[in-house]
Order: sequence, then C-alpha cells, then structure tokens
Amino acid sequence: MTVVDFVFFLFALCLLVGGIFTVVSRSPVHSVLWLILAFLSGAGLMVLLGAEFVAMLLIIVYVGAVMVLFLFVVMMLDVDFAELRAEMAKQLPLALVIGLVLIMQLAMAFGSWELGGGVAILDAPVATPAGTGAHNTAALGMLIYDRYFLLFQLAGLILLVAMIGAIVLTMRHRRDIKRQDILQQMYRDPKKTMELVDIEPGQGLK
Amino acid sequence: MVQLEHYLAVAATLFVIGIFGIFLNRKNVIVILMSIELVLLAVNINLVAFSAYLGDLTGQVFTLFILTVAAAEAAIGLAILVCFFRNRGTIRVEDVSNMKG
Repeated sequence: MTVVDFVFFLFALCLLVGGIFTVVSRSPVHSVLWLILAFLSGAGLMVLLGAEFVAMLLIIVYVGAVMVLFLFVVMMLDVDFAELRAEMAKQLPLALVIGLVLIMQLAMAFGSWELGGGVAILDAPVATPAGTGAHNTAALGMLIYDRYFLLFQLAGLILLVAMIGAIVLTMRHRRDIKRQDILQQMYRDPKKTMELVDIEPGQGLK
Repeated sequence: MVQLEHYLAVAATLFVIGIFGIFLNRKNVIVILMSIELVLLAVNINLVAFSAYLGDLTGQVFTLFILTVAAAEAAIGLAILVCFFRNRGTIRVEDVSNMKG
C-alpha cells in the first residue's frame, strides 16, 4: 500500500463520515461543520487526481463562502430544531429503502457499463492532457477563456442574477425607522426653510 | 493502486448519502439544502475523476459550471428561507402552502 493509496482511503473515509454526520447530526451547526469536513476531504481527493484548480476553488467557494452563508443563516434563524429532529425516526425506514434501491440501481448500472469506443482509461490520473506542458490551472484557463468562453460569461451572469435575487428577497423596508432621503435633501429650498432677520442692536428678537 | 473505480464508488456512496439525507430530513429545509450540496459534490468528484483518468480537461470545466450553479442555488435558497422565516416564524416544509390555490 503506497502513500497515495493511504491518503486516498483517508480522504474517502473522511468524506463519507462527514457526509453521514451532515445528514444525521442533531444540530444544524454540527451539520455545517461536518459538511465543511466533507468538502475539505473532497478537495483533497481532487488534489490527488491532479485537479488543483478545482480543489482550491472548492475550498475557497464552498468552505469560504457557501458554508459561512449556511452558518450565518443557521445561527440567525431562531428555529426549534429539536422539534424538527423529533420526526426523523419516522422518516428513517422510507429513507433507508430509497437509499438501498438507489445504491442497487447504481451498482447495476455500473455492472453493465462499458466504455465508449475511441477512449481509454489511463492507469494513473493526469493533471493535463498529454502534449501540453502547462500546469493544470494554466491548461484549464486556456480551455475556459478560449473554447468555453461564452459559457463562462453565462456562469458569471448566473451569479449576477443570483446576487440580485438574494438581495431583493432579503431586503426589507422598515417604516418605523428614519432614513436619509437624498432627493428630498437636494430639492430643499433655502428660501422656504430659512428666514433672515435683521436685528437692531440692543433690541433683540420680538 | 487507486483506480477510477475507487473514485466512482466513493462518489456513488456520497450521492446516495445525499439522497438519503433529503428523505431523512423532510421537515428541515436547511439540512435538505446541505444534502443537495453533498449530491453536487459527488457529481463533481465523478466529473473530475473521469476528467483525470481520461486525460481530458472538459470534465473539470463542467465542474466549474456546476460549482457556479450550486453557489447560486445555495444563495437563493437561503434567501428564500430567511424571507419565509421572517413572514411565518417557522421553516417547516409542510407549512409552505401559501400558493396552493
């Protein structure tokens, strides 16, 4: 058993344990933390496969952004999670049956699976296609910015729409607080709001 | 020696765990969203494994797009959740019946 094999089994074990505890743990905060473990292990598997860029992206985007978002939402919502968890035992048989059926279907599909003509599975994972001397990230960049450029732009558009949607959904206008109205400030007329009074010395205001 | 089949087995198991989680936590939208993330992670591992063992980078490009869509989906889902909780004070899935007609 080589080092690579050992690391693979370690990461795979962490990934599956993280996945299982994400699903069954009592509190959602623990679920998020187990999910972070799962994503870190998944990134480790991708590093083993030579896909460094995707692995780093997984860590930055998922662990750095999405999981923090989950943590914020879980901690900010004041929900009685124990009550939600209480009915988990009732769902368990159905969930087990569906899981078993699904895993059997996947095994059957894998049993009758044949590789299409013209391609061959390599003995070891390669980070970049043969012939190009570039690193994984550079080769991926050339592919994204050349062949898949329009799709890449479309992905950016999806993110923009998601951002606008999330902002619109969660923004709320509260009526009971004071806000700055810039237009009203700009249209304020000094003549209407201010009065110049010429006060005689020694007399004061009447 | 780790082969492609090992990665496929891990990804398939993770996929099934994700689906299992969706059905196990039918009341809890937050954990359902997390289970969906697990399923998408399994798909990503599958794509990257095939990409590495076939010597073709296209699979990793697809992983990028899946990542994008997953991030957008998580953001929108959580925004809807926060909005729903603000209006109803609960996140139980069976209470979501405002649009039932």
